[in-house]
Amino acid sequence: MSEHIRVLVAKPGLDGHDRGAKIIARAFRDAGLEVIYTGLRQTPEQVVSAALQEDVDVIGLSVLSGAHMTLCPRILALMKKEKLDDVLVIVGGIIPDPDIPKLKELGVSAVFQPGSSTEDIIAYIRSHVRSHA
Amino acid sequence: MDPLYTGPVADPGKPGEPPYTRGIYPTMYRGRLWTMRQFSGFGTPEDTNRRYHYLLDQGQTGLSVAFHLPTLMGYDSDHPMSEGEVGKCGVAIDSLADMETLFDGLPLGKISTSMTTNAPATILWAMYLSVADKQGVPWTALRGTIQNDILKEYIAEKTYIFPPRPSMKLVVDTFEFGARHVPQWNTISVSGYHIREAGSTALQELAFTLYDGIEYVEWALRAGLDVDDFAPRLSFFFNAHSDFFEELAKYRAARKVWHKVMTERFRARDPKSAMLRFHTQTAGCALTAQQPRNNVVRVALQAMSAVLGGTQSLHTNALDESLALPSENAARIALRTQQIIAHETGVTRTVDPFGGSYFLEKLTSDMERGCWEYFDRLDAMGGMVVAIEKGFPQREIQDASYEYQMAVERKDKIIVGVNDFVSEESPIEVLLIDESIAALQAAKLKALRSSRDNGRVRQTLEALGTAAAATNVNLMPAVLDCVRSYVTLGEICDALRAVYGVYEESVI
Repeated sequence: MSEHIRVLVAKPGLDGHDRGAKIIARAFRDAGLEVIYTGLRQTPEQVVSAALQEDVDVIGLSVLSGAHMTLCPRILALMKKEKLDDVLVIVGGIIPDPDIPKLKELGVSAVFQPGSSTEDIIAYIRSHVRSHA
Repeated sequence: MDPLYTGPVADPGKPGEPPYTRGIYPTMYRGRLWTMRQFSGFGTPEDTNRRYHYLLDQGQTGLSVAFHLPTLMGYDSDHPMSEGEVGKCGVAIDSLADMETLFDGLPLGKISTSMTTNAPATILWAMYLSVADKQGVPWTALRGTIQNDILKEYIAEKTYIFPPRPSMKLVVDTFEFGARHVPQWNTISVSGYHIREAGSTALQELAFTLYDGIEYVEWALRAGLDVDDFAPRLSFFFNAHSDFFEELAKYRAARKVWHKVMTERFRARDPKSAMLRFHTQTAGCALTAQQPRNNVVRVALQAMSAVLGGTQSLHTNALDESLALPSENAARIALRTQQIIAHETGVTRTVDPFGGSYFLEKLTSDMERGCWEYFDRLDAMGGMVVAIEKGFPQREIQDASYEYQMAVERKDKIIVGVNDFVSEESPIEVLLIDESIAALQAAKLKALRSSRDNGRVRQTLEALGTAAAATNVNLMPAVLDCVRSYVTLGEICDALRAVYGVYEESVI
């Protein structure tokens, strides 16, 4: 399997807690993935437009503020509109258990809560990435 | 670290005497316990006001306000950027009307209040002062703290609005205004907490925080203030992480280094200018989402290090904070943890009980030396604002945070319940924030905007813009005028954004 998986690491919403997003971005790079990090406070529109422009295979959303049930559905709806159906979406951050099935129903592939290892996340991406040729 | 430490060690001196390594007061907790101050805020001002009354009824001794992200970022609750965020990470405050509700029935002349606000600190402080006016409490009787530490926002917490230079000017304005009108108020809480939460080491937390302190003093002196007019009101805020003795050494070294900085670098004459007072919060980043009940034990041990380190006030985290904002039950257990340390363990009976320990004294002097080495590097760069613009502290913290994570993944570092001793536990109840809060706040804003004197609003906003553009005018009076006229926080920040611009960080 050739290693040209492109990942957009995005921080939607107002929270500035980027420790996790930055660790993830660096671990992905060290593992040979191509990473585009959006920086902080991206609107759903900005996230989806970056995903389109960068032609990514995966979007990793990091949300720690509790706004995930507003921001994630909006991003997924915009992705549907832009026909980004084959892009894998994973979410990390402070996501309470009851929200996980709701996010999955909307199209999020996996949710990684605090304590997840970067190794597990990378393995998940490699085995689930859909579009990559 | 060595398996055993032996003497001799240098005499660390006495508590209450320079360089204050062992504590700033001669009797410490025998004279007075630390302030039990639980950081708290969620939902509407009404929700949080109820929580404050509850916490005070349970024996809490000071208030500490957590604002929601839109407030911290200078947006009203009905702004598009606020969607999904209202009332989530703290309490929604849009105008003086909300602040009046927040402190309803709480006598500001009798209780001290800490407010975690940085970029919009002038505005929230002005709101607090205005509530005091309405309660008939003179400003000279007010005690409390505004965090107001913008440097660590660029370095770590990232809730900045304006670029560094105008932001530093606003900080100096509060020093000057406080010294003249609100003499018992701590106009800044120079914070290592968030630096540590972003992944720094204990040494980086110490060094960057104290150097931020140096930078604020430099800016205030350049603005023409006398060091002893404002330095006694500088306060600090540290993290209590899990490595027990390392944390103890950090607090002791902090006092020693700050004493030297103030007396030698800045030639302060008032002894109070060289006494480092600090608040401590246990490490949020050390809480685990797995087996969350174990967090009670982590918090108790971390809190013990802060107490043995001589903290002036303390927040103990709730066991459920790795999952959500604390439920009432979890918040009560967190407060009880402090009360158990204070009243059952006996550690308050003697000052700095570990003083003179071979190990602790060695750790303290190592910590101090490491701190001076960082200071030399930061001095050589031209100070903290320049270092931030170069990305230096950000990069140091990022590297440390990555190394920590990799050590956990390699199991060089064991986190119980996360990478070892894993087991399933029944879930705990968590606090859910009602999504209807955004609509409630939006309705309040709509009513406010139609009922207030909008001519007066335009007038005070215009005056604020003029004062901001003048660069040498203290902004506090103009901000107070806006606040009293029920100009919203978002409107005030918009006016300042128009003059100062906004900060965009370059991704490092």
